[in-house]
Order: sequence, then C-alpha cells, then structure tokens
Amino acid sequence: MIEVQDLYFTYPSGVEALKGVSLSIQNGEFVAIMGENGAGKTTLVKHFNGLLKPVKGKVLIDGVETTKLSVASLARKVGFVFQNPDHQLFSETVEEEIAFALKNFGFNNETIEKRVTWALNLLGLSHYRKTSPFMLSGGERKRVALASVLAWDPEILILDEPTIGQDYQQKENLRQFISQLRAQQKTIVVVTHDVEFVAECNPRVLLMHSGKIVADGEAKTVLTNPETLTQASIVPPQIAQIFLQLSDLGFPKDIIDLYEARETLLKALQRYIP
Amino acid sequence: MPIIETRNLTYTYPGAEKPSIKGISIKIEKGEFVLITGPSGCGKTTLCRCFNGLIPHFYQGKLEGEIVVSNLKITEHPTSEFARHVGMVFQNPENQLFALSVEKDIAFGLENIGLPREEIRKRVDWALELTGIYQLKDRAPHELSGGQQQRVAIASVIAMQPEVIVLDEPTSFLDPLGAKKIFEVIHDLNRKLGITTVLVEHRLDLTAKYADHIIIMNDGKVILDGEPHEILNLQETRLIGVGIPKATRLYQILKADGIKLSGQIPLSSEEFAGKIREALNNQ
Repeated sequence: MIEVQDLYFTYPSGVEALKGVSLSIQNGEFVAIMGENGAGKTTLVKHFNGLLKPVKGKVLIDGVETTKLSVASLARKVGFVFQNPDHQLFSETVEEEIAFALKNFGFNNETIEKRVTWALNLLGLSHYRKTSPFMLSGGERKRVALASVLAWDPEILILDEPTIGQDYQQKENLRQFISQLRAQQKTIVVVTHDVEFVAECNPRVLLMHSGKIVADGEAKTVLTNPETLTQASIVPPQIAQIFLQLSDLGFPKDIIDLYEARETLLKALQRYIP
Repeated sequence: MPIIETRNLTYTYPGAEKPSIKGISIKIEKGEFVLITGPSGCGKTTLCRCFNGLIPHFYQGKLEGEIVVSNLKITEHPTSEFARHVGMVFQNPENQLFALSVEKDIAFGLENIGLPREEIRKRVDWALELTGIYQLKDRAPHELSGGQQQRVAIASVIAMQPEVIVLDEPTSFLDPLGAKKIFEVIHDLNRKLGITTVLVEHRLDLTAKYADHIIIMNDGKVILDGEPHEILNLQETRLIGVGIPKATRLYQILKADGIKLSGQIPLSSEEFAGKIREALNNQ
C-alpha cells in the first residue's frame, strides 16, 4: 500500500514540483496518473521508490516511511520503469541487461536463468536474447527495460509513459499484461499521456495540475469532464469527444468505451434502421 | 512530378543479415500531408532516413533501387545539400539538439544556409512563437523536459521552411493538448505554405484527420498506400495491427449492426458526431 500525506517537493533549482499531495493507493489497485508536462507526475512517482525524498510531508510504503529505507531495499518491492529506456539500459546484451538486477538481489544462477527466460518470453523478446539493446528500435528497448524490472517480480510496478513508441498490438499486449499482473494482486501505477490507452484500460485516474491533484476517480468520470481535463492539458478520448459533441441531443456524456457507445447509439438509431 | 519518389528501394544496415526495408516504391506529391504507420520495427524510421540522405551517406550499409528527392538523386548528392530541402524531426529530440541555448539551436540551420541576420531573427522568433516556447529561448536545450525538447526540435526545422518536413513521432513526450496544438501548427504550415509533410505516427486517433495520403508498412514493405478514408476502412489495415481511430471503428461496428450513416467513413470525432446528428435530424 502506498500512502502520501501532504507531500511537498522542491528541486534544488527552486522549482516547486509538488505542493501538498495526499493520496492512498491500495494493494492490487491500478492507477493512471495524468496531467500536463511539468505537472509533477514523474516527481510524485519517484517518491514511491525513494528516488526522491519529501521536503515536507510523508510517503509510506506498506506503513514504512521512505526516508527510513534505502533505495536498494525499496527497489525490491517497488519496480520503476523509466520514460526513456536509454536512461536505464547499459548492458552488452538484452540477456545481461535483464540478469543484472537479479544478480544484485542475490538470486542464484538457476533462478536468474529461469527468470530471464520467463521475462524474455513474456515480452516477445526471446529472439533478441544475445542482441545489444542499442541495436533495437525505440519500442523494443522500452520492452527490454520493462522485462528487466518484471524479472525480479516487484509487488508495486511503476510505469512512466509505457506506451510511447508502442504500436497498437503492443499496447494491446501491455493492456492484457497489466490485467494479468492485477490478477496476481500487483499494484500498478502508470504515468501516461495516452488517453486512448487509459480509456481502454479503465483504471482509477488521478489528474495533476501544477503540483497538485485536481481530480481523482473512475476513468469514465474523470476523462469526460472537459473543464478539469483542459486544466490538466488533456484531450478527452475520441469516444468521449463524440458524446460531448452530441450532449445537446440528450445523449449521456460519460461514455469512453467503444461497446458502451455502440449500445447507446443503437438504442437511439434503431428505429431508423430501414 | 512527385517531390519524393522511390523505386524498388531496399536497404540493409551495416552488419545486418536482412534488409530493413524491401522493394519500396512510393510517390509523395508536392504539398501532400502523408501519414506513415505500421507496427513497431516495420521500417518506418529507416525509410524516413532515406528522405534526406542520412541513408546511405551517414549510416552506410547497402542501398539498392532508386530514390529521388526534390529532383536530386540521393546517392549523387551529399546530406548537406538535402538539408535545405528536407527538414527532419527525430524520434528522440536529445539526438538533434546541441547548442547552448534554444535560440541558437533554432538559428544554427539558418546561419548555415547564409540567411541575412535580420531574416534569421525574424524566422527564429516566428518558430519560437508557433511552437509555444518563446519563454524558453535562453534556456539550455539539454536541461529541458522531453516535451519541451520536442518543441525545440520542431521549431528548428520549421524555421528553415524547407520544401519537405519529415517528423518521426514528433510529439510522443508532449501532453495531449500540447500534441494537438503542435499537429495543428504543422497542418497549418502544410496548408498555408504548401510544405510537404511526412508524419510517422501510431496514434491515428490524433492524426488521421490531417492526412491526404496514408502509407502502411509491415515487415519492411509497403502494404497499403492511398487515400486515408479508403485505406482505414479496409479489413486488412486492422489485421496488420494498425490502431484505427475509435470513430472509424465505431462506424464500422454500427454498419455491421445494420445502421447506415451517410457519406464516407469518419476519421475524427467531429466527422462521426456530424453523421449521427444528421441521421437523427433527417428522420
């Protein structure tokens, strides 16, 4: 469980990135954090694995303050996949990259071998086992970074912009993959700008603006409120846009799902079918 | 006469076993807004690297077939000559910014083509305003966020007002409203100045509505090439794994349910909502 109590954070440059954030994320929850560039999303999640420590306020992971734990011990519990894979990849082969953290956590060779193979298969990277991560495409390097974190099986997984550079099929895989992890009671926090992806996944959504949380609720409620979305520099998903444009005709506004849209429109149009 | 034409273009990176693009024959007309899409690793970025001669001059490797850009054969002219004709915005903005200030980065290309000082000043300010980064002009590019760097990279290319702008997922780090505004700026330049625009994107919900021409690639080849409404309505497009816009998908689903909406298939929420409104008003 993640608890954030009245968190403030100021960078050494003087930029106040977080100005009083409070929230709690239960075990097994799936949360998407959205908001404009510079809203403080990445700064907030970097507090979850102790990369940043509060200037004021508290962050507790399973009841323990992050200031009382080392980043190394937090990392075992909280896996963090960065926005730009180039900031986290450094090994000569994909296989070594994935094995690196496992070695550091002291797993034995047999377990490492098993975990590496498992992670490679899971993310469709088996044929790149002996390839240098730097020979791969941007989207593929992103998957290597994800595989290297999943391999040590953290309880909480933080994904910073996981859909950048991913095609439709890979996003669909990621979505299924997140639901598998949820079935195992993992906690998943995604920082993303990808409204269509969020609309399809249907998580709890936190909207941030200027270092604060400005909305917190179900995706279909948060992503269909044009006022708070504009404040957070988010454009509603395309299905929501359609219904927002048709709201004067008496259609409900809070629809983000393709099949719910279909049902609603069928009811309205059925009597006109020739 | 197309501004970019390739004939049976095949390219293999140095040390690679297989070609990354195979037998590509496409024509891009002057003033078109072209969207290139397809699964990750399908060769989109490699193809774009051919449009300004980075392939083969910088990347080396083996290039077969023919490619002509602005009436110049790529293989016969150095990359520097294409810089005036083709502006490139790369996937990772860090790879293309190097100056000590945003302003200097944007001015660099203009200085190199020998524009007068006054004109450089005008163009830099114009590009800073259009991309919404005027307030960042004295900052160091490497200290900016990914989204801000992407704006700088776009500004430095549009300041050159080249004949062709090639953008490889240019707004991936920007928030949705920021991305939308940038696409509107690019579309506007395409319409008003007639700059031929080649955009590589996965997110068709955001971009399909701007395109006159769409090229779909898979496994190093061009699979489909044509008018967006036509191409995005094909079953094949969906099977390749292209994420067609939700409005398009909803129209197809309703059609299968027996609902017939007027006109051509919609690519945006505006087009779709218009059709529903029309259907309800007419009956």
